[in-house]
Amino acid sequence: MSKSDRRIDIEEISGVTVARLLEKKILDEANIDALGQELFALVDKDGRKKIVLDFTLVEYLSSAALGKLITMHKKTSTAGGKLALCSIQKDILDVFKITQLNKVLTLCNDLDDALKKVG
Amino acid sequence: MTEHVEFKVSIPSSLHEGLALQDRIVQLMERFAYSPRDVFAVRLSFEEGLANAIKHGNQLDESKLVMISCRIDDNRMRVEIQDQGAGFEPQAVPDPTQDEFIERSTGRGLLLMRVYMDHSEYADGGRCLIMERQRNSPLPITEN
Repeated sequence: MSKSDRRIDIEEISGVTVARLLEKKILDEANIDALGQELFALVDKDGRKKIVLDFTLVEYLSSAALGKLITMHKKTSTAGGKLALCSIQKDILDVFKITQLNKVLTLCNDLDDALKKVG
Repeated sequence: MTEHVEFKVSIPSSLHEGLALQDRIVQLMERFAYSPRDVFAVRLSFEEGLANAIKHGNQLDESKLVMISCRIDDNRMRVEIQDQGAGFEPQAVPDPTQDEFIERSTGRGLLLMRVYMDHSEYADGGRCLIMERQRNSPLPITEN
């Protein structure tokens, strides 16, 4: 996969995998499926267990994308790992609250907070 | 008389078709100087409604069409999305915030449309979605 095709950028910080989501609008279902495959591979293929998803760049998020995040949460939990989401813009945070997924997923204000939660 | 713009378009049942239409609606809202929050609400709701029509209504059958009509003026915007599927009963869709359903990976689109639009209703046996939103209509979560 070329760099320009990637939907996440990966960084390792003190044993935690930080995946920055690169798309501003996570709305198109074909792209959402591809994003899901990249995220799931972190657990299924790479065996990573401490993962932070950085939402700094994300401006839109549909329910199909929420579905991928739920699946990612389940995969990480099943593998005995931890998943946190951080730096979520206000409008997106409202979507998590409306769907009450803030009760299921670990949402953190910023990267430092998320690293503490999963580290 | 208030200026308004309206359009009607039919698209095949492909998930790739939605983004261009989203952009068209957003451009119209920006032309009428709607707020970013209004644009966010409509863009999200339109994507949910269109995805439902294509996936669940027309079952991704590209021989079936989805008809979209949109009307916007200074105060209000209205979108209708008509599919050619078998229809469904919106009341039969479970509340995705209930404990037994909250970890399901699907089923949140109807909730989001109801919350982000002033009016969201299925007609024609579940084949026609009608959504409306007034300019600056409040959203349920407003605290910073």
